[in-house]
Amino acid sequence: MEAMYIPKEYLAILILLIFGVLFGVVTLYVGRFFRLSRPYHEKLIAYESGNDPTEAPRMRFSIKFYLIAILFVVFDVESIYLYPWAVTYDRLGLFALVEMFIFIFLLLAGYVYAWKKEVLQWEK
Amino acid sequence: MNISLLGIVGYLVGIAALVGLNAVILVWLERKVAGHMQFRLGPMEVGPHGILQTLADGIKLVSKQLVIPDEADKPLFLLAPIVSLVPIFAAMVPLPFSETVQAWELNIGLLLIIALGLLNTLGILLAGWGSNNKYALLGGARAVAQILAYKIPLLICVMTIIMMTGSFSLRDIAIAQKDTWNVLYQPILFIVYIITVTLETNRSPFDFSEAESELVAGFHTEYSGMGFSLFFLAEYSYMFIAAGLATVLFLGGWHGPWLPGVAWTLIKIYSIIFLMMWFRWTFPRVRIDQMLSFGWKILLPLSLINFIITAGVLAL
Repeated sequence: MEAMYIPKEYLAILILLIFGVLFGVVTLYVGRFFRLSRPYHEKLIAYESGNDPTEAPRMRFSIKFYLIAILFVVFDVESIYLYPWAVTYDRLGLFALVEMFIFIFLLLAGYVYAWKKEVLQWEK
Repeated sequence: MNISLLGIVGYLVGIAALVGLNAVILVWLERKVAGHMQFRLGPMEVGPHGILQTLADGIKLVSKQLVIPDEADKPLFLLAPIVSLVPIFAAMVPLPFSETVQAWELNIGLLLIIALGLLNTLGILLAGWGSNNKYALLGGARAVAQILAYKIPLLICVMTIIMMTGSFSLRDIAIAQKDTWNVLYQPILFIVYIITVTLETNRSPFDFSEAESELVAGFHTEYSGMGFSLFFLAEYSYMFIAAGLATVLFLGGWHGPWLPGVAWTLIKIYSIIFLMMWFRWTFPRVRIDQMLSFGWKILLPLSLINFIITAGVLAL
């Protein structure tokens, strides 16, 4: 059986991510040994400028944010396709360029449509 | 590349020292810059010109109570600062400080930094949701709305540079600018980049997720002590990473006359950070709908047109 390829550089990234988690956990908890902890009711209610909280904080958001998120996903996926294209751009030639222009143009049509439908309009 | 245990420990210590030192210097620098721009002196008491003030503040913050509200979602509330902080160590790895000084050379270093940079927003959203506080949730929601509007121009910006260089490796991108810096070819992109990273690091005039005059303290309203300081450690480290990326992408990395490469890199990085601080104490905060419209209606078409023109020019 062939030896499994382990990309060592990314192993280092993994180690640093684990280090980040440990650093966060340790710094959050290390103060426990020498800091005060005197919780009481008034301190532990949600902060609303000194008043008692009036209603549940998890409110509804405008449907617009949903449309914006969809638009974001569209362009995000676009950039996923464009990145490999961009990195090999000098080897692809004119055909790939024209194809990519068609791709961007199709997305721009959707973008213009969203703009005309006032998805990007916040004020009435 | 041969990685020994000792080497890994060495890198860990080096990167942790860089993160810590950078945060200490930047917090001090920010207060000094703020002070002098308002005809004050800023911190002066602890150490010469107050240079040790941040350490004193750090000791104070460690010993402060960590208040977790009753209503808060406790696991998420504690997870949020950690999520914000975790990627900064790994994101320092591919940054080249000179031809030879770099933690690791990664062939997709640029993608790694961009991907890890997004985790900051996730941490802010978690903080907003986990706090179960109106102001915090609004701050978290704003952070997401603004990152949605500004991530695309940033991605297209970076893509244009990749297209010009033909590599994801930050070292290759810097080497390609040996003679001419990219900022001379792409001045518009440089401006777009600076705007987007100012926003990505939640700096004024785009600090909507904090917006202390509107939302108390935004996403970190309920955080005290170390929870609060971890967010700020992360914020200042992200500033360093964003400025480092700007240096490599647009300002020619370590290239410059007379001084050694590392010195040039640090000079460029801290100049960009100074520029971002200057923004903060000069511009008033814009309104959130103005900011979203600006991102979607101006920056996105602008960077896309720039991308298409660059592609066309390169093809000729």
